[in-house]
Amino acid sequence: MSDKKPISSVNDFVVRFANVNGSGSASANEMFARAILRHGVPVSPRNIFPSNIQGLPTWYEVRVTEDGHLGARGGVDMMVAMNPQTWDKDVAGIEPGGYLFYDSTKPMPSTKFRDDITVIGVPLTAITNSTYTDPRQRQLFKNIIYLGALSALLDMDPKLIEQLIGEQYKGKEKLLSSNVHALHLGRDWALQNLKCPTGLRVKKSDKVGDRIFIEGNSAAALGAVYGGATVCAWYPITPSSSVAEAFTAHCKKYRHDPETGKAKYAIVQGEDELASIGIVIGASWNGARAFTATSGPGISLMTEFIGLSYFAEIPAVIMNIQRAGPSTGMPTRTQQCDIIACAYASHGDTKHVLLFPEDPAEAFEFAAAAFDLAERLQTTIFLMLDLDIGMNHRLCRPLKWDDAKQYDRGKVMTAEMLDEGRDFGRYLDVDGDGIPYRTYPGTHPTKGSYFTRGTSRDRYARYSEEGSVYADNMQRLMRKFETAQDLVPRPLQANAERPTKYGVIYFGSTTPAMDEAIGLLEARGHQLDRLRIRAFPFHSSVASFLAEHDFVYVVEQNRDSQLRQLIVNENGIDPVRLVPIVHYDGSPITARFIAKAIGDHQDHIKVTPLRKAVS
Amino acid sequence: MTYIAKPKFHHPGLKKNELGYTHRDYEGKISTLCAGCGHDSITASIIEACYELSIEPHRVAKISGIGCSSKTPDYFLGNSHGFNSVHGRMPSVLTGANLANRDLIYLGVSGDGDSASIGFGQFAHSIRRGVNMTYIVENNGVYGLTKGQFSATADRGSKSKKGVTNTDNAIDLVAIALQLGATFVARSFSGDKTQLVPLIAAAIRHKGASFIDVISPCIAFNNHAGSTKSFDYVREHNDAVNRLDVLVGRDPIAVDYAPGTVQMVEQHDGSRIALRKIDADYDPHDRLGAQTFLQKHAAKGQIVTGLLYVDPDAEDLHEHLNTVETPLNTLEADTLCPGSAALDKFNASLR
Repeated sequence: MSDKKPISSVNDFVVRFANVNGSGSASANEMFARAILRHGVPVSPRNIFPSNIQGLPTWYEVRVTEDGHLGARGGVDMMVAMNPQTWDKDVAGIEPGGYLFYDSTKPMPSTKFRDDITVIGVPLTAITNSTYTDPRQRQLFKNIIYLGALSALLDMDPKLIEQLIGEQYKGKEKLLSSNVHALHLGRDWALQNLKCPTGLRVKKSDKVGDRIFIEGNSAAALGAVYGGATVCAWYPITPSSSVAEAFTAHCKKYRHDPETGKAKYAIVQGEDELASIGIVIGASWNGARAFTATSGPGISLMTEFIGLSYFAEIPAVIMNIQRAGPSTGMPTRTQQCDIIACAYASHGDTKHVLLFPEDPAEAFEFAAAAFDLAERLQTTIFLMLDLDIGMNHRLCRPLKWDDAKQYDRGKVMTAEMLDEGRDFGRYLDVDGDGIPYRTYPGTHPTKGSYFTRGTSRDRYARYSEEGSVYADNMQRLMRKFETAQDLVPRPLQANAERPTKYGVIYFGSTTPAMDEAIGLLEARGHQLDRLRIRAFPFHSSVASFLAEHDFVYVVEQNRDSQLRQLIVNENGIDPVRLVPIVHYDGSPITARFIAKAIGDHQDHIKVTPLRKAVS
Repeated sequence: MTYIAKPKFHHPGLKKNELGYTHRDYEGKISTLCAGCGHDSITASIIEACYELSIEPHRVAKISGIGCSSKTPDYFLGNSHGFNSVHGRMPSVLTGANLANRDLIYLGVSGDGDSASIGFGQFAHSIRRGVNMTYIVENNGVYGLTKGQFSATADRGSKSKKGVTNTDNAIDLVAIALQLGATFVARSFSGDKTQLVPLIAAAIRHKGASFIDVISPCIAFNNHAGSTKSFDYVREHNDAVNRLDVLVGRDPIAVDYAPGTVQMVEQHDGSRIALRKIDADYDPHDRLGAQTFLQKHAAKGQIVTGLLYVDPDAEDLHEHLNTVETPLNTLEADTLCPGSAALDKFNASLR
């Protein structure tokens, strides 16, 4: 009945599960992704969920990608349509030649299907109802049953799924056996009643290697543990809550004194974001490594304290897991939209250090490094993740740590140094790098104390409203920010195979889609040098990159091209040479989108693709 | 806030405390508040209390928000670290500082604008968490720095200097502190040093959230007829329930509840406070009774002063969180970082 040839693909397709929020499908869907990983095939899953506890539509998308493309691809090859509410949209979203998997217990009118797709009906409700009497069991095992059916349809090895179930329900034999039973109910039904496999198949491979599968928020939280954070204050907000929750879990595992059982950390759920950052600043002022995790609205609330951190020069680490704004925006959708808000947070002249990890591995590394930077620079460091990295599992290189590493506690004057006669002026620039020495409270009976304040003061922390004194301080703060350029992670540059006048700048969660887009553009004959920004302030290599290219595309996930604005603002470059490529509908940016946008622009400015020129 | 440091010379014969510090060692810069401001009297009481307790000045962290009251930490304990943070957010900064180093003494100084309005939430939450601190509100019912607006503790019906009548109900911070579980709650009057000094000293010795509301008349904007925070009004309506002394390192003195007798309250560190009870019916261990007593007198338009409630067995936030005895700010990588071997195992669990 299909008038389009079914898609045939091994280890390269997209399956999307359409479910109802709260139906218990998340566990089965994630197991599906993990099972493919166990086949040695890379996957890139994404949660697409509403700002709602129960009842609204939710999707889970698994990109199966032998080539290891971890960005969102766009399009759906097989839709597992389990939500009647979104049926029409789900069916419409299937690629021509794709597959529709649905619960065929109740007959559906033919108008509800498409002619150019393969429809696969499994009477899931009938199977579950005939097997289970308990309503909750029926709901949960229905998910495992469709997982079983899919394993047959996609030619997956059921033993690998059984292995995962075994790990998940280790020690809970009854749950383990009942889940395995449900898996085989679905699998057996599919094998007996359907043409298995379909054109989409999973074949064992060896492309995963030693990579790990982890969420960015969990990795960042572990980075905080390794980075020596002992105080965490936070206030629940999607999509950052799981950072603090993961930090709590990691600390329980790694941070209890084995003899006394006491905690080598303190975690406080603040009454709001203001209190959370206040606690962080108080703890950091007193010499502990402290952080908070939040999202856009939390940043808005924290900005007064962020200004204090900047001006009074108190270390702080803020992990900002960005979501779509402004205001409440779309709380469960991803964006990179807080760049400007964080770079210049608070009133007056302020500049803040931003770190842009590309994946969980960098989230771990940068989170740990953020505490060194915060103490070295005595200022707020923003770790800029987003929902796409933070709340989705990503395949990434294993996390690494150098046991020889010692924490950089920055310029802290001790009682011994004070006794040696060292001149202590809290805001003295003794080394010319703009970074002054500080003392911790309680250091010395008669030397080194000072009054911290958000009001203007001289180099010895004495209150002063003298214009020259204020200006002197502000200039030193600029010097410090310049010092930061060489301390933060440098941009990574990769050049096109052939010399080109065109470049692209991108950052963070855009990276996997950008890497894939480069391949698509090269196939169209477009050569682009690329620069992945990893931090603000921008290293001098950013200016060099801009100078070396006629046009530079800046790819980002917000409406106003905020990184581009920042680059223009900080480098004094002609904005015309920076071409914004923006994606901001709340879904993760895709390689297809980037390749089309840049390709179209190249066509528009009449760039002759090299491929054509050669031919 | 000032840039005028006090001269360092002093009389060689100044009396010294147990640690050999003189009164001068507990002073700070010269106050720039209005002459006669009640806040300066509170400053003097803090200095006196710290001197009497023989506290090492540099072991105190003094933290405030913004406002007249929040300037005052600059005027005492000049060898302590101070932190003039942001309006109303002193409690969170203090909480963080306390988490970082449980070994210091934390003195939070705030005002009624600071604590009862913008910082009302932070005041409440620091109290309910049991942060080990002495939280002093210098309460004058008015915004002095912005020249005379009512604060949230201004009584309904009271008049501003410009003659405007306050139509909003007042927030009683003591009543709130009691309700939220503060384990040391007191109220005093800035002009009553005899009462205030031992109250501050006892609060510092108390382990847990200590709260003292000090009525502190504003000489510039709230010391006129019609104000319920003026010197004259407070003197007329002051109904002291007890007086107390701090006896550090001495044997306890037994107390009973009868008028004119003394009650001992033992603190965690072994120091004891002696309560001289004036009101025969008053029991400072009875939180509910304190709330009732307070409300009964408030209904009469009276201000109750004295130690209203104390829990001698109080725990603090560190005990709630079960943190190690070693200050968190001294822990280094060797004890904080799980290391590469643990990370390898963690990686293996994610495949």
